[in-house]
Amino acid sequence: MTKILAVDDSASMRQMVAFTLQGAGYDVVEASDGLEALSEADKSGFDLVLSDVNMPNMDGLTLCKELRTKPDFKYTPILMLTTESGGDKKMEGKQAGATGWIVKPFNPEQLLKTIKKVLG
Amino acid sequence: MAVDVSQFYQVFFEESLEGLDNMESALMALDPQTIDAETINTIFRAAHSIKGGSATFGFTEVAAFTHVLETLLDEVREGSRALHADHVDLLLRSVDAMRLMIETLQAGDVIDPEDSKELKEQFEAILKGESFAGVTPQVAEEQAAPSTQNSTWQIHFAPHPEMLITGNEPIRMFRELSELGELHVECLTGELPSFESISPDSCYLSWNLTLQGCENLEEIKEVFEWVEDEADITYKSLKADEVKDYIQNAVDATGADNTVAPASDANQFMVDSMLQSPKNEVETPKAGPVETVVKEQPNVESISKNNAATTTTVAKTPPKPAEASIRVGTDKIDQLINLVGELVITQSMLGQLGEGDSEDFTQEKLLRLQEGLSQLEQNTRELQESVMRIRMLPISFSFSRFPRMVRDLSQRLNKKIDLVLQGEQTELDKTVMEKIGDPLVHLVRNSVDHGIESPADRVKAGKPEAGKVVLNAYHQGGNVVIEIKDDGAGLNRERILAKAIENGVVQAGDSLTDEQINDLIFQPGFSTAAEVSDVSGRGVGMDVVRRNIQELNGTVDVKSVAGKGSTFTIRLPLTLAILDGQLVRVGVENYIFPLVSIVESIQVNRNQLNRVAGGSQVLRLRNEYIPIVYLHEVYSTQADFHSIEEGLVVVVEFENNKFGIVVDDLLAQQQVVIKSLETNYRRVEGVSGATILGDGQVALIVDIAGLVKMGGATQALKQIESMVKRQPKVA
Repeated sequence: MTKILAVDDSASMRQMVAFTLQGAGYDVVEASDGLEALSEADKSGFDLVLSDVNMPNMDGLTLCKELRTKPDFKYTPILMLTTESGGDKKMEGKQAGATGWIVKPFNPEQLLKTIKKVLG
Repeated sequence: MAVDVSQFYQVFFEESLEGLDNMESALMALDPQTIDAETINTIFRAAHSIKGGSATFGFTEVAAFTHVLETLLDEVREGSRALHADHVDLLLRSVDAMRLMIETLQAGDVIDPEDSKELKEQFEAILKGESFAGVTPQVAEEQAAPSTQNSTWQIHFAPHPEMLITGNEPIRMFRELSELGELHVECLTGELPSFESISPDSCYLSWNLTLQGCENLEEIKEVFEWVEDEADITYKSLKADEVKDYIQNAVDATGADNTVAPASDANQFMVDSMLQSPKNEVETPKAGPVETVVKEQPNVESISKNNAATTTTVAKTPPKPAEASIRVGTDKIDQLINLVGELVITQSMLGQLGEGDSEDFTQEKLLRLQEGLSQLEQNTRELQESVMRIRMLPISFSFSRFPRMVRDLSQRLNKKIDLVLQGEQTELDKTVMEKIGDPLVHLVRNSVDHGIESPADRVKAGKPEAGKVVLNAYHQGGNVVIEIKDDGAGLNRERILAKAIENGVVQAGDSLTDEQINDLIFQPGFSTAAEVSDVSGRGVGMDVVRRNIQELNGTVDVKSVAGKGSTFTIRLPLTLAILDGQLVRVGVENYIFPLVSIVESIQVNRNQLNRVAGGSQVLRLRNEYIPIVYLHEVYSTQADFHSIEEGLVVVVEFENNKFGIVVDDLLAQQQVVIKSLETNYRRVEGVSGATILGDGQVALIVDIAGLVKMGGATQALKQIESMVKRQPKVA
């Protein structure tokens, strides 16, 4: 089963993402910040990581950099959930090793479309 | 798949309100002179999350408002804007505004955009003050999506070697392109190095792609959206007659590539760079048909639609009315589940004992039965404690509003006040917490308004300019104690006394202890503030505070030292549902005394009794005189004892006075579950509730205040006072 790690400090966003993805048949593990996500990443591999950018304890960009240092996550698609439509944040994300981004606000359908695009 | 996002509204509301609380306290902690990165980040994150959530869930008013706020905060965070003190005030006001919006949504109402308009404009004005573009919400006009009528595209895609490291797969993009139309892929291998120098992480290939049947360039660009900066990509539209040739040429070129690779590739890149500049001008002249835009950018479309008709959008998706909910730590739930497991084990053990005929019941089984029962008792007690813990919240929930309140008040009153919060982790029942909120607010206001003096007066009195108000909470026995302490002027003894005499509460000649005088402020109609301000003089007096606290089975008293300050102490039961009680017997009836009120229980001698004027009996206990109340007389029942020596006197304390209540016998001490008499019968004076005992009997819970009053003991107190006056020392 395709396994997705969803990282967001906002419970409502996390629940929406998890609910949508589970509904589409994905296996979803939730984490509320970068640190939690890293410890989940230590436990098992994932087929995709979806992460918010602004989070307490460890932000999404740092998480992305950290994940890329792990052999298991070297090529794993990592998508950033960002509210910025501007280029700066996207560049920062790319430099941190993110595969791509999903611009907030997004609805469940858009989310699934993007995920399918990455996972095939 | 359609997902109903409204199911996440409640979580969103709760986390937003929580975020606003965090934002508020972080703003309070913010010193504009030295901005602490973590504090400003916390504030930014709260605003950011609310914006993201509200945009996602379609609360456009909130999203639009939060956006300007977030933009300002982001600039402060990035260091490109200085934060002024008045920004902080504005931000605090906007916290209020957002809270109002969220609460409005939570209640299922429609937000009035006028409410926040002024604030929003102020933020926008600040943002415009320096040349910062891009302030307008993300509804920005990036809509004019260019597209052409051409349906065949030639794409050159040359990833940088490091593209693969970000997890981007060319195959994925080709797959996506092939969904847009008929795709012809040609791979250029000219850049491949010799085998030894190949790094498996790097991408050496580039591609020529020909896509037929896709009219919209933007759709194609979207496929490469994530790798725009990690690859050289050129797009060229082909006219219909060129297509065939091109494909043919491309096929030929592939053959040529293999032979003269380096040179042809170099040429290829030159062509690319030449192609890059004109493509924007040449290929995107016409605005695409609206249909395509909508399909392509549903995001932007839905937002602008919402903006145009906000009210209808909100009305269309009315949120369910707010349900009271409580956040409980998983550890508490786990413990509960664990205990229920234990209970099931005990139950099955007892069940086994109950099987079989009565003659099977042996001595050995009796022992196991007793063991099982004691286990059951322990399980029940632990389960009860755990369930109670679920309703317990740290008092910080109640304390957290005060920093803001004290800040606003001190500004309004031109005073300098440091508020210190202590014991914020002390846990308290949720209901008690909700009901103690207003009395606490009143007491804190009182300390700030009446307690702390003006800076000039403080300096004159040799005190530091800034006054100090301390809120402290801690557990003591089965109670929660909350203290509100200030280092102000203290209660004004003379003024209180004068007011009390004026109100006829005390007589001019009465001599009162300091404690009794202080206690007078809890009398109805008592405000000693020289002038009534809008801060404390809101028509709610200390009498209401005391009454509210007493309704919670709690007490409040005040200690004060002139010139040094006052301390209000509130004592509350941990919960309203369960009472630690002392079971007493009077005749055939059982009654429960709240254990907190009991000082001691004694047997007395007839010669310890005196009679005061008015016929009331008083008991001389050590060096005090204590009014005596016969419970059976007040409740009109029969007692077994004929003289006081046969009974017992339970000494109770109420409002700093002691009273003796005569009963037949003391029985067990136990926790009792309080059942309301009002809901099951009607309100009865002198009785605060009832409970059901282990044997099924109903026992009334004695309301000490009511009982004492009904027994005429408060009258007796006054007689005692005048008696003591005549004869200062008890022989």
